[in-house]
Amino acid sequence: MWKDFPLFPEAASTSARDVDLLYFFIVAINVIFTIGVFAVAVYFAIKYRRKNEHEIPPQPGHSTLFEVVSSAVPTVIVMIIFGWGTWLFYVNYIPPKGAMDIFVVGKQWMWKLQHPEGHREINELHIPVGQTVKLTMTTEDVLHSFYVPAFRTKKDVVPGHYTTLWFTPNKVGKYHLFCAEYCGTQHSGMIGWVHVMEPADYEAWLQGTVRGETMSQAGERLFGRLGCNTCHKADNSGRCPTLENVFNEPVRLANGQTVTADEAYLRESILKPTAKVVAGYQNQEMPSFQGQVSEDNVLQLVAYIKSLKKQPEVKK
Amino acid sequence: MSATLTTPPVSTQPPAEHRPTYLNITKTIGSWLLTLDHKRICLLYLLSIALFFSIGGFAAMLVRLELLTPAGDFLTADGYNKAFTLHGIMMVFFFLIPSIPATMGNFLVPIMVGAKDVAFPRLNLMSWYVFMFGSVLAITSVLLGGVDTGWTFYTPYSSTYSNSAVTFAALGAFVAGFSSILTGLNFMVTIHKMRAPGLTWFRLPLFMWAIYSTSVIQILGTPVVAITLVMVALERTLQFGFFDPKLGGDPILFQHLFWFYSHPAVYIMILPALGVISEVISAMSRRKVYGYTFVAMSSVAIAIISFIVWGHHMFTSGQSVYAGMVFSFLTFLVAIPSAIKVFNWLGTMYQGSISFATPMIYALGFLGLFAVGGLTGLFLAAMGTDLHMHDTYFVVAHFHYIMVGGAVMGFYAGLHYWWPKITGRAYPEFLGQVAGTLMFFGFNFTFFPQFLVGYLGMPRRYHAYPAEMQVFNILSSVGASILAIAYILPAIYLAWSFFYGKRVGDNPWEAKGLEWEIPSPPPTENFLKPVVVTEEPYTYTKEAH
Ligand code: HEC
Ligand SMILES: [Cu+2]
Ligand SMILES: [Cu+2]
Repeated sequence: MWKDFPLFPEAASTSARDVDLLYFFIVAINVIFTIGVFAVAVYFAIKYRRKNEHEIPPQPGHSTLFEVVSSAVPTVIVMIIFGWGTWLFYVNYIPPKGAMDIFVVGKQWMWKLQHPEGHREINELHIPVGQTVKLTMTTEDVLHSFYVPAFRTKKDVVPGHYTTLWFTPNKVGKYHLFCAEYCGTQHSGMIGWVHVMEPADYEAWLQGTVRGETMSQAGERLFGRLGCNTCHKADNSGRCPTLENVFNEPVRLANGQTVTADEAYLRESILKPTAKVVAGYQNQEMPSFQGQVSEDNVLQLVAYIKSLKKQPEVKK
Repeated sequence: MSATLTTPPVSTQPPAEHRPTYLNITKTIGSWLLTLDHKRICLLYLLSIALFFSIGGFAAMLVRLELLTPAGDFLTADGYNKAFTLHGIMMVFFFLIPSIPATMGNFLVPIMVGAKDVAFPRLNLMSWYVFMFGSVLAITSVLLGGVDTGWTFYTPYSSTYSNSAVTFAALGAFVAGFSSILTGLNFMVTIHKMRAPGLTWFRLPLFMWAIYSTSVIQILGTPVVAITLVMVALERTLQFGFFDPKLGGDPILFQHLFWFYSHPAVYIMILPALGVISEVISAMSRRKVYGYTFVAMSSVAIAIISFIVWGHHMFTSGQSVYAGMVFSFLTFLVAIPSAIKVFNWLGTMYQGSISFATPMIYALGFLGLFAVGGLTGLFLAAMGTDLHMHDTYFVVAHFHYIMVGGAVMGFYAGLHYWWPKITGRAYPEFLGQVAGTLMFFGFNFTFFPQFLVGYLGMPRRYHAYPAEMQVFNILSSVGASILAIAYILPAIYLAWSFFYGKRVGDNPWEAKGLEWEIPSPPPTENFLKPVVVTEEPYTYTKEAH
């Protein structure tokens, strides 16, 4: 019977159980107070029911103790929940080390996923168990939200932004992937599966599926095809900043600010070059590639620029 | 008594059919449509919102029928999306927001402050026309094929991608917003300026504190959403780039602007109901409201804090984690004044003389449902659990517990409580108790399963869903049909009793308050002699009888 009446989605990530634990705690608070309030109300209603039509009952006085207790108790309880809930969120907020990157593009109404090695999937994601996975996500059109109930987490996918989400699956299986943010006609069709596999199976899957070029190879090809390399040269000889070694480095802007060249910055530099101009290049124009490259392609260009990052030992 | 007697004792009142009342003084349709009497305007609103509630309810039935089966087989995907959007827009903008303030607020604000009418009677009538004009725009959008954005109008879907009649619906909500602003303004001025001599702030009934706090939100919040909806319309029609990144905008900006109003709007819907419940519980228990000042101040506190919690709708939007923390913290703070109210209501009932008349049945149901609604908010205010539950059926269940379990139950409680005053007639008591009980059970039947399916991960606004989630949806749909009966029943017997109900005296509940000292139904000028208030509200004393 419980099969037809499931109360919990499967718990398949390292944080799923933590979320459930807080859930149980708040459920307990809910049960105690709901039953408490309702039972007291009904009990009073019956015990003090009107016995004759014109009766006037004794009137309340004032009890400071009652007011203090009735404000202090809820205050203490909600602060405990606040602390716990925030802590849970925060530990899952700190970016993981050694995560496997996956790039996600939402599109009415499908999920397009790319592995850095070049595998592309639609509405399915294959990942190895025990491996932290970091999703970098954006969308071609409207808002979506990447939601895997078994991992107890979701993140909105926002046009014009990169959002990130990570999780560490700890149980092999096949789990629902939902779009949780309303996105139009086929919103409820924008669903799929996350396959969490044994590492060996995952390797086999990687081998067995056709893989094209890697994301950075695809990006390199685009870099040539779109003519980026006519301006951006490796040796700084072009009229433009070199893109070697920019990723994750501070960039000084023409307006005096300094920003870190993360994925979102690189994306913006390609689509809206005038938004943040590199210091010293005020007089050089970079054309906007808005509308010419899809979000998939931008992700590949970003992957390519990231791959240009020199290893520390080759420092000049 | 809470005021010096302003009218002759009940026995010397001529029966209502032989004296002029606001109902019988003129009879033409024109005299109703051009009336400046706040009591008649109350009835105009009551009829209009009953209509919009029916439209919204009909859309809800379509939604529940579709969700009986996992496959999307009853409506098309677009049809489904339009049905839940219609449901949301009608219920939020055209039923819940005006519900208690525009009807009972209109009827009672002048009476409870001891005045002849609101401060600006013409403006009051105009508010109703503005509201109706907004509803015409919204209904036009339905005739043009409907809207499929959800009542939240999230961009850039609403501003660029949707092919439906978004502009009309957004303008409808925009126009209706002005009605809300004007009504709030009118009440605020009335409460400030027209209180009878001796009626100090702390002698006001708690319903007035609730309406006052609501008015503050209406005046400060509504302009923001109004402008936001205009921005959506401008982006749609003239490609102004506010929200769509392809036009240079930012969709997150919309969410901030929208929730800056729409979170406080939740309190526009629930605060008046809290005020009604304070009145009803006090009258039905014949006790002074326990902790009057705490209850009054908690309304004000809720109104203020509600303006700074909007980010709790955006924990998953990629907003900064530190902003999220602040919003989460402030959201938890709102729980405290709400809890204080509940405890003080229980304190009011303690040792009272409690009647089981219909208003009390609704008030008891309210207590249970509001408790669940408020407490389940804790899951969503906590960021750790919200990540999982956001945008699932859990949220749907939570806000229906507040907005239907709370606000609508409060609406019915107040409607039955003041019905004898409004109409001068009694509704059928037994049917009232049956409907109230049915509403409580039907409501739980409908919405409790949605908490469960929400935790299981069913996203909201899904036309089709995985088969393992069906059992909850069947329960919910069956419950909804019980709930429908519980809503239709009062509509029928109240309408009947308006014309044929038994005549009642001035104070059938033997309750305290200025409204119970004037005839039922009241004369146009409310009070036949000037009012002077000499006592605290809810002064039930043994000597009184
Ligand atoms: C017409 C010459 C030109 C072309 C073509 C061009 N760029 Fe640029 N790019 C510039 C200039 C000039 C700047 C510096 C000014 C600025 O920040 O906008 C720049 C800046 C950048 C930056 C920021 C670099 C930093 O150090 O912060 C990135 C990333 C970038 N371009 C990527 C690309 C990519 C990818 C392409 C091809 C799709 C491309 N560019 C095509 C001229 C060009
Ligand atoms: Cu979607
Ligand atoms: Cu809110």
